Amino acid sequence: MSDATIEGAPRATQPKSSLLVADPHTRRRHAAEARFRAYGLGAIVISMVMLVVLLFTILTGGIGAFRQTYLEIPVTLEDAQLDKNGNRDPADLRKVLTLTYGKLLQQSLEKVVADKGIAIADLSAKDLSGLISKEAPARLRDQVLANPDLIGQTITARVLVNGRIDGYYKGRVTMDSALRDANTSPAQLQLADALKAQGMLATKWNWSFLTSPDASDQRPEAAGVGIAILGSLYMMLVVLVLAVPIGVAASIYLEEFAPKNRWTDIIEVNISNLAAVPSIVFGILGLAAFINFGGLPQSAPIVGGLVLTLMTLPTIIIATRAALKAVPPSIRDAALGVGASRMQSVFHHVLPLAMPGILTGTIIGMAQALGETAPLLLIGMVAFVKNFPSAPPEGLFEPASALPVQVYNWTQRADPAFIERASGAIIVLLVFLLCMNVLAILLRRRFERRW
Amino acid sequence: MPVSWTLLIVLALAAVGYVVTRARAIAQAGGDVRRLHSRPSYHGWHAALLTALPALFLIAIWRFVQPSAEVTLLTPLALLLAAAGLAFALIRTAPGFRARNAVESMVKGLLILCSIIAILTTAGIVFSMLFETGHFFQKYSWQDFFFGTTWSPKFGGGSQLGILPLLWGTIYISLIALAVSVPIGLFAAIYMSEYASVRLRSVAKPAIEVLAGIPTIVYGLFALITVGPALRDWFAQPMGLGSSASSVMTAGLVMGIMLIPFVSSLSDDIINAVPQSLRDGALGLGSTQSETVRKVVLPAALPGIVGAVLLAASRAIGETMIVVLGAGAAARMDLNPFEAMTTITVKIVSQLTGDNDFAAPETLVAFALGLTLFVTTLVLNIVALYVVRKYREQYE
Repeated sequence: MSDATIEGAPRATQPKSSLLVADPHTRRRHAAEARFRAYGLGAIVISMVMLVVLLFTILTGGIGAFRQTYLEIPVTLEDAQLDKNGNRDPADLRKVLTLTYGKLLQQSLEKVVADKGIAIADLSAKDLSGLISKEAPARLRDQVLANPDLIGQTITARVLVNGRIDGYYKGRVTMDSALRDANTSPAQLQLADALKAQGMLATKWNWSFLTSPDASDQRPEAAGVGIAILGSLYMMLVVLVLAVPIGVAASIYLEEFAPKNRWTDIIEVNISNLAAVPSIVFGILGLAAFINFGGLPQSAPIVGGLVLTLMTLPTIIIATRAALKAVPPSIRDAALGVGASRMQSVFHHVLPLAMPGILTGTIIGMAQALGETAPLLLIGMVAFVKNFPSAPPEGLFEPASALPVQVYNWTQRADPAFIERASGAIIVLLVFLLCMNVLAILLRRRFERRW
Repeated sequence: MPVSWTLLIVLALAAVGYVVTRARAIAQAGGDVRRLHSRPSYHGWHAALLTALPALFLIAIWRFVQPSAEVTLLTPLALLLAAAGLAFALIRTAPGFRARNAVESMVKGLLILCSIIAILTTAGIVFSMLFETGHFFQKYSWQDFFFGTTWSPKFGGGSQLGILPLLWGTIYISLIALAVSVPIGLFAAIYMSEYASVRLRSVAKPAIEVLAGIPTIVYGLFALITVGPALRDWFAQPMGLGSSASSVMTAGLVMGIMLIPFVSSLSDDIINAVPQSLRDGALGLGSTQSETVRKVVLPAALPGIVGAVLLAASRAIGETMIVVLGAGAAARMDLNPFEAMTTITVKIVSQLTGDNDFAAPETLVAFALGLTLFVTTLVLNIVALYVVRKYREQYE
């Protein structure tokens, strides 16, 4: 009896060894292998899905900012109201307030409604006048002041409508939500529909989003990124003028001339640490050093540019040093061999060869700087700016906004129409970033050399 | 603007100096350039640099020390200096003069100056914050700041400025961000370096890098308009955990997405640095690919990965826009991840935007917060760099 168990036991545990059939242990290991692979693939899929969702929500949310609803109505610019003296004196014309133009627009709209026989139940006077944007009278006034000959004529004025009406045609506002909204009403929306049926109201491509300045809380329909684009451009100019020469010079010294000692070690560790310092800390530095101590004005592109320069320097230095390092020593040796000084070998041979790498790194560093928001908040770029800054160099010291800060600014407003504007501004920002990155890739492709 | 005019005149003088001195050097050599020690253009550059540099430094230092002071005295002084430099260069010019050496040492000085700016930046950061933090601690006791559990700034006195609630929010959000980004980033890196075909790699790697190039304000808006409301409607409200769209979870998740490319590209580099011979050895002993990764590659790469995680943590702690838009502004210490909490960076922004009164502790506290943030991230970075560097030495 014991023989059977002894003989049986090993036979039972012995694997049915066959190369064609996997045993349980191998199967478990292969299952683990498959799971591991699936996790990896899953991680990649998750990150790609996130990228797609992120871009999709921003694009769909922001594309509306590039279309805007306008009302086109005939407006008679009467002498009696706009130019009582009848002499077209610019000083006199300027005395006529925006309020008068507002009344004029309101009367014109009332006339249109009466002429076309549009009858809507519960349409109050406030609904009627509220259809037109609060920004519209100011724009009409500017138009008249720029061209006083218009007075006395009947022109077809293209005026902005209220943000709610605009939202109605973009799906943001519905009849139901209008019922609960103090700023609009179903009757107003019906009026808009009636006007649209007459061909007077249309949603069109909106260039003014890219060119006009920010607008106040009540006028999302008029808000644009003009000043923000200009401010960002000015800051990039400052970064280009300061960060690139300083960064390249610093890298040349550290890579080509610096002796290896304690000091250069400290500089090196310092630079790699600066690259990882949170950006908001640079904002604190800017506030303390440039505004409080240096006495530069708040909200000015020059301060923003200086802060971004300090922030971008480490990136540019690291990229430039990598580019310089990639130039083989034989180039330097050859230059030195024919009697060039070290300075000549660097400036005449190494630097031109490293240029594509330096340019690529610079562009990527500037793209980073363009999207940076936090430090700019601290130096007062959030201020509401209505006037375009003048041309540089004076314009660098005048208040301006910046694209990412404008986005932040709009997210802090109550009207949901500003969320659409914020997403639109992000699209503009992403287009700029895309252009810069494509340029960097093209440069790399075109000029990259393998040694 | 008088200063920009002065600048232009100085630069014009330098250009004139270049032309005149170059011509003078050639004339001195009797038209035979070979008789000069340095090529004529070096003589020109020598004069141009001597003309421009001292005057430009004078203007820069003057503007820095007395930014708002009048500039009537500056212009003549700068021009005088420029003229003196030009005259000196002209006198010095001679066939035997070593202009190249002079120019090169001046250029080298400029290069050194530029690399010192990096040090100056750090010093500027530290000093500006130390200075104002000192002011703050004169007005508010440091024990209350570091150990206070209430954050309620009131302009007009009687505010409690304890950092602990902010620190808790920062750590909580960063932990969630790391919990999202480290596994995803690490697995993505492993898959791309060990499994992926060339085609998948050529698509997935740039796509993940695009995530890294997107500005943080975009992630912030994403948190505000998409992730926040979605989490509130699908998780927080059905589970009865709160009704706030901005929450620790929102900010943590979105920040996690932001950090994925950061973790994955760092880990990718580190995993690729593990010698192929280690993999070949493990595979030769019959282990599957995943066993090779888990038992050989990852342990070998562990110090580097730890470094990467530390760097990611320092990013998460210093991140601003996502938490400003996604986490909320209420300082509280709570375990519920669907509750709005706030972080150090959010409070720096809220205390320093708008009209600042730099005598009030409510404003100055931002500098103390900034210094805390700077020191924390600095320590994390130094440790991470140390770990990564030490690891690299093993295989090189």
